[in-house]
Amino acid sequence: MPSCVDHRLRARQLPDAINRPPGAKLSSVEQSPCCLPYTELSGVRSVEHWSMAMGRVAPSVDEGTGEQRQGVVGLGETVGELRAAYESGGTRSLAWRQAQLRGLLRLLAEEEVAAFRALREDLGKHHAEAYRDEIGMLVKSANAALREVEKWMAPEKVWVPLIAFPARARVEPEPLGVVLVFACWNVPLGLSLEPLVGAVAAGNAVALKPSELAPATARFLGDNIGKYMDAAAVKVIQGGAEVGEQLMEHRWDKVLFTGSPRIARVVMAAAAKHLTPVALELGGKCPCIFDTMGGSARDLQTAVNRVVGAKWSSCAGQACLAIDYVLVEERFVPVLIKALKSTLKRFFTDSDHMARIVNARHFQRLRGLLQDPSVAASVLLGGTLDTKNLYIEPTILLNPPLDSAIMTEEIFGPLLPIITVKKIEDSVAFVRARPRPLAVYAFTKNAALRRRIVDETSSGSVTFNDAVVQYGIDSLPFGGVGESGFGQYHGKYSFEMFSHKKAVLTRGYLIELTARYPPWDDSKISMMRQLYRYNYVGFVLTFLGLKK
Amino acid sequence: MAPGLGVMGEKPAAATTKHLSLGSMASGLREVYESGRTKDMEWRQSQLRGLISLLTDKEEEIFDVLHEDLGKHRGESFRDELGILVKSVKYTLQNLKKWAAPEKAINSCSLLLQHLLHHAHHSAEAPLVAFPATAMVVPEPLGVVLIFSCWNFPLGLALEPLSGALAAGNAVVLKPSELAPSTAAFLAANIPKYLDSRAVKVVLGGPNVGEELMEHRWDKLLFTGSERVGRIIMTKAAKHLTPVALELGSKCPCIVDWLDGKRDRQVAVNRIIGAKWSTCAGQACIAIDHILVEENFAPILIELMKSTLKRFMAKPGGMARILNEKHFQRLSAYLEDTKVAASVVHGGCIDPKTLTIEPTILLNPPVDSDVMTEEIFGPILPIITVKKIEDSIAFLKPKPKPLAIYAFTTNESLKRRIVEETSSGSVTFNDAVVQYALESVPFGGVGHSGFGQYHGKYSFELFSNKKAVFRRSFLIEFMFRYPPWDDSKIGTLRHVFSYSYILLFLTLLGLRR
Repeated sequence: MPSCVDHRLRARQLPDAINRPPGAKLSSVEQSPCCLPYTELSGVRSVEHWSMAMGRVAPSVDEGTGEQRQGVVGLGETVGELRAAYESGGTRSLAWRQAQLRGLLRLLAEEEVAAFRALREDLGKHHAEAYRDEIGMLVKSANAALREVEKWMAPEKVWVPLIAFPARARVEPEPLGVVLVFACWNVPLGLSLEPLVGAVAAGNAVALKPSELAPATARFLGDNIGKYMDAAAVKVIQGGAEVGEQLMEHRWDKVLFTGSPRIARVVMAAAAKHLTPVALELGGKCPCIFDTMGGSARDLQTAVNRVVGAKWSSCAGQACLAIDYVLVEERFVPVLIKALKSTLKRFFTDSDHMARIVNARHFQRLRGLLQDPSVAASVLLGGTLDTKNLYIEPTILLNPPLDSAIMTEEIFGPLLPIITVKKIEDSVAFVRARPRPLAVYAFTKNAALRRRIVDETSSGSVTFNDAVVQYGIDSLPFGGVGESGFGQYHGKYSFEMFSHKKAVLTRGYLIELTARYPPWDDSKISMMRQLYRYNYVGFVLTFLGLKK
Repeated sequence: MAPGLGVMGEKPAAATTKHLSLGSMASGLREVYESGRTKDMEWRQSQLRGLISLLTDKEEEIFDVLHEDLGKHRGESFRDELGILVKSVKYTLQNLKKWAAPEKAINSCSLLLQHLLHHAHHSAEAPLVAFPATAMVVPEPLGVVLIFSCWNFPLGLALEPLSGALAAGNAVVLKPSELAPSTAAFLAANIPKYLDSRAVKVVLGGPNVGEELMEHRWDKLLFTGSERVGRIIMTKAAKHLTPVALELGSKCPCIVDWLDGKRDRQVAVNRIIGAKWSTCAGQACIAIDHILVEENFAPILIELMKSTLKRFMAKPGGMARILNEKHFQRLSAYLEDTKVAASVVHGGCIDPKTLTIEPTILLNPPVDSDVMTEEIFGPILPIITVKKIEDSIAFLKPKPKPLAIYAFTTNESLKRRIVEETSSGSVTFNDAVVQYALESVPFGGVGHSGFGQYHGKYSFELFSNKKAVFRRSFLIEFMFRYPPWDDSKIGTLRHVFSYSYILLFLTLLGLRR
């Protein structure tokens, strides 16, 4: 369903925005001692917590209760089946884990077209973007897990001091049990199946709750997972907020939630009742520090390609890792804007090549961000909204007020504020003064600046001279810190997230040191003193009574 | 059992002033953290050295406060708290630089070599398409962290995590348990003298103070104590999205297989007694809770335990006392159950005046009695008999996952079955409790015994953020990453994600689709 509206990129010169002294705005932030209040992903505040974030469309009363009652019974059974499947021990074997990963790979290969169709239906994603960000990425991850899982499962032998001789110790990963994954709607396939890869590789039974805001993908998963994977141990549970709430009534051995901080709070508080460990993948305003490229036109173009890719080509900016705003030196603004404009024109010759906004509510939220008059005045490029097709033109703003919603809330859409700083080094203080994001990006050739960014700012990840691509590197952990969440996954980190590291110590009977036991006397304490220092000579001397 | 978070105090005025002062303390710590001083490697090392000096200089005082709070003998205090801490902090000091160093995740040169030498499919997580690139994992401190410690090892459970939090470069608030008041006062008086008092604070108080602390935002929270309070803490932490680690208790079972050698039997019994009655009189989360043994071996085991107990507890003061009256009442109540009382085969004497309970052995108390459904946390040891020792696995499987499972056995297949078929924080064969002293294995629970692991490097990691740092260059730019889309770009992406570089190369040259 390609959009039929002509989305020619229109540049609107707004002298007010360009001429506004940007330094003034920045300094006001630098003076403020602590973080700005963090507001949630979703701008709507009038609906109740859970149902709202899960984006429930309220059903009619009788329909709702009937569905709910049935839901509770059905869910309890489903959870019971998962627990039984796990307790049977079948999910622990290497063969089972490999079979699930192979099944997942077959699903991705055989149902590719259906997956493309679902992603296009839910988000208007072009199948190339869907392949690059979801299906291809998943094939890579599942292949890597299949190749590595045996190695990951192997117990790790660890050092034991001589004092414990004869003894050996190892750390043995074991599955956690029955785990629950809440996926998000923006990368509805990737954020469902990437954690699933880790959870089955670690030998767990899994309940997957896709987001109901991407209904076609949720249906796709519901229809296909059972065909390609062990249907008794991997279940897809579809539904909205009320189903999410009911799921959290049950005891899980781990919960991974991807979504907004507000729902994360509800999920974590519900998990506390059962002492369930949680991992929360939240959002954050990921800044992009854009240094001058040392005059190299080619490098500038490469950098701009990557910025445009990481903003408008990742689900139209509806991605937790997408660039939220750019920090750039005043004098470099015209060069950057010019390059952004020409690149956008080249990349998005067809509006069909950018995803649309997920739904009317988010569309309204983004419109709301632009409706603030002082924000509207800062629009340099784009700004056209197509309500019918839920399409927002790639939009660039120059120095919108720092206290406006667009600069205090996570944007999660195709709007890119450019904030100017006097010197690029000032951006470190700018980033530090705000909540810790999932990622910090910086395009720079300045090694000292890179050092300062790594040392002085805090974030889930830092990527230099590119953006979003760190998501595809299996050897790097993916996850947030502070307001952007906690718990890391991808590659071996996914396996570890869904595993328990069991310490296994084996001792022998050969040597018995009775200095460990009462009745106590001073010589026993002296002997223990030597032992804790691993001073074996001293110990022997004390033992022989030659030393006190 | 540990710091309870009850309802707020009755005096709202007092609570408000305290609230304010806690608030200013929290923001003061954040300021200190933001100044960057705690990130400095030298600062971290100086704090660890400070801890060692504290433990060395104040040894006598430490023995005194632990004796006051729990009646622990200095031998036991040294073995379980002081000595272990000094060893552990020294180990951290030795290894800290290594732990704090960035870890290379992939290196583009080695990557290229890998790809040239091997078929692409055999090299792990190595996308050549990212070339040239370097990827690192850089540990960074989390910020301002909060530690709630427990009363049973009031020094160890406070300072062991503290050393990890400091090693990782955090500012720290330590809230010792008010149920071990002498140790808490000792920590409050001495920590500011030996550590950076601007970045490390000790907060004294009961449940009200705990609750007030939880009103503030922390970057990590480690709680050691009971399930009930663990739930409250986690619920409160959810408000600020604070990651928590919960170290809870549980019923740690000890499987005792038939042992042939007389000496082996004696050694096993020594270790069992050490792990039950000599670790704070059984008031320890990793103490043995109950024993599983074959029917025909039970009498032999019990006789040997009796004679060994007589030798170990020959002198008075060899065993700690019960913490307080409340816990004494709780333990006495177990023995008041008539069926349980009938199962006593050794001990059973209680002295409310000195808060002591004689080492007590029960043989087959009803498995649905409180002593077999609740965590005992005291010097009472139920022995449960099974027909065959392998049956103990089925006995354990339906029970909540404990912090530790112990098994005295030389039977390799039983060992394997225990490791593979049961779940617990740790498994120790032929000894008990000693795994706590091993820095190279993680300490922590699973399921009902909690989550989050520490000790040694795991403590450093508990209080660190593993930051992914990825650096690319501008040398190579693949336009197939970007729109406008066409079929050849998708074809190229397919080769990229399957790491088939030869096909990728051919596609780029236009020789293949």
